Amino acid sequence: MDLYLPIANLSVNALVIVLLGGGVGLLSGMFGVGGGFLTTPLLIIYGIPPTVAAASSASQVTGASVSGVFAHFHRGGVDVKMGGVLVAGGVLGSFAGAWIFRLLQRSGQIDTVIGVIYVLMLGFIGFTMARESIVAIGVSRGGLKPRPRKRRHHPLVAALPLRTRFYASGLYISPLAPLLLGFGTGILTILLGIGGGFILVPAMIYLLGMATSVVVGTSLFQTLFVTAIATMVHATTTKAVDIVLAALLLVGSVTGAQLGARFATKVKPEYLRLALAIMVLLVGLRILLGLVWRPEDIFSVELT
Amino acid sequence: MRAALAVLAPLLMAQSVPDAKPELVPDVSQRNIEIAYSFTGAELLLFGAILYPGGRRPAGQAPTDIVVVVKGPTQSILVRQKEKIAGIWVNAKSQRYSSAPSFYALASSRPIERIVDERTRAIYELGLGSLQLSPGAGTLSDVQERFQQGLVDLKRRSGLYVEAPHAVEITDGVLYRARLTIPARVPVGRFSAETFLIRDGRVLAAAVRDIDIRKSGFERFVARAADRSAILYGLTAVALSIALGYAAGMVARRM
Repeated sequence: MDLYLPIANLSVNALVIVLLGGGVGLLSGMFGVGGGFLTTPLLIIYGIPPTVAAASSASQVTGASVSGVFAHFHRGGVDVKMGGVLVAGGVLGSFAGAWIFRLLQRSGQIDTVIGVIYVLMLGFIGFTMARESIVAIGVSRGGLKPRPRKRRHHPLVAALPLRTRFYASGLYISPLAPLLLGFGTGILTILLGIGGGFILVPAMIYLLGMATSVVVGTSLFQTLFVTAIATMVHATTTKAVDIVLAALLLVGSVTGAQLGARFATKVKPEYLRLALAIMVLLVGLRILLGLVWRPEDIFSVELT
Repeated sequence: MRAALAVLAPLLMAQSVPDAKPELVPDVSQRNIEIAYSFTGAELLLFGAILYPGGRRPAGQAPTDIVVVVKGPTQSILVRQKEKIAGIWVNAKSQRYSSAPSFYALASSRPIERIVDERTRAIYELGLGSLQLSPGAGTLSDVQERFQQGLVDLKRRSGLYVEAPHAVEITDGVLYRARLTIPARVPVGRFSAETFLIRDGRVLAAAVRDIDIRKSGFERFVARAADRSAILYGLTAVALSIALGYAAGMVARRM
């Protein structure tokens, strides 16, 4: 079933896009991630212009995080104060991101920079997660002893001024730390079209030392707002949000996400994390190959 | 004397005057191409008749050739070339062209190189090797050549630059027709279809027809909304994603 995308200016197979969204949604439901890190590269591989891909997959992440936010809210899993600070940082970050995006676009390096950030980020996270989940699998099989870990924030975070209390997170830290974290994630959301849960969740646990019961809910809360704002920023600056493409992705991903969430309850979490780690590493490897292999097209055309 | 000749011309034409030129009556199958949701490209039929003076095809002359060129609106573009720097392929050199056709298709009755010489090809922009792209000043000609080659190659593979020798069929030396496909990724705007009648390497007649390609219905509405009311468009996209996400969550909870 061919469908013409009015902003991307090309015709795609609607079924392929819905299935792509569905596959990503399945994973996001299973692993509790937005899935933007998969959507953007997959759309680019399919032939969608990179800017349109990044702009439209941000709105897919919004849709994927909505039902999660509501679910976490119901059981008190969102630290609204912390989330608010993160969102504020995210808004500033997305404006900075839009500026960086334009700068890179003008110098022609946007695709390379997106590729390099992906490789570094996916490589680091995939590797860390793989190691952690292998240790966890060892623990659950009884072969290894878990290392006790005290929940506390990073010394650098403790050094920041203007401390305030975040009750739900059980923290007394400076709001500057989550603000900076939100800022960095906001930049990545604009550049890569990802939600940033990938960076946020580990950073909240290991840098801020937040109570784990509110980590995922608060991260989704920030993702929801920042991807929504990223969509707005793209709509007004790059004008590359293709609403038809976004709708197709959403239909697939919201359905997939619900199926994935059901499936996730039947599998042990450490195995899920290992599977996710392997997938993250594979995507990273694919992008790395794209950077170092001689590309099929040495030349590229850009409208001015 | 000249005036008298002009009056007499129609009469004189009956006895084949050697340098009376034939005329072209061209047409296209579609003057307007509308891009709607199901648009996957269009097939354009370019046809017409060659009117010889005296209404009869002169015998004993070299065969006439027909060349049809369909051009899209020109664009100002930047062509970038990737180079391997520190192990990864990055955009390094670039070349600006201020008037590159967004679409270019040439159909001819014989390969274009055999119909006209290089100079004529350059004058009428016949063939992918003879496009006038208006590069910026101060570029070395071999660098320039490389970039142009790269651009043509790239556009050719995406179906936006086409050269189709033998695509024009001439029936009895009078009627001609050619089929050209317009791919789905063409830009919108005013296209021109030029037809050339060529004999002995000389262009005897030329005629132009315009073709308008535009988005219609919902696609036109979306493209316009994204451009003119960006804030409202963005809000709609966000609302759509929240609504769909929420609905899916509700449905899943009921099941």
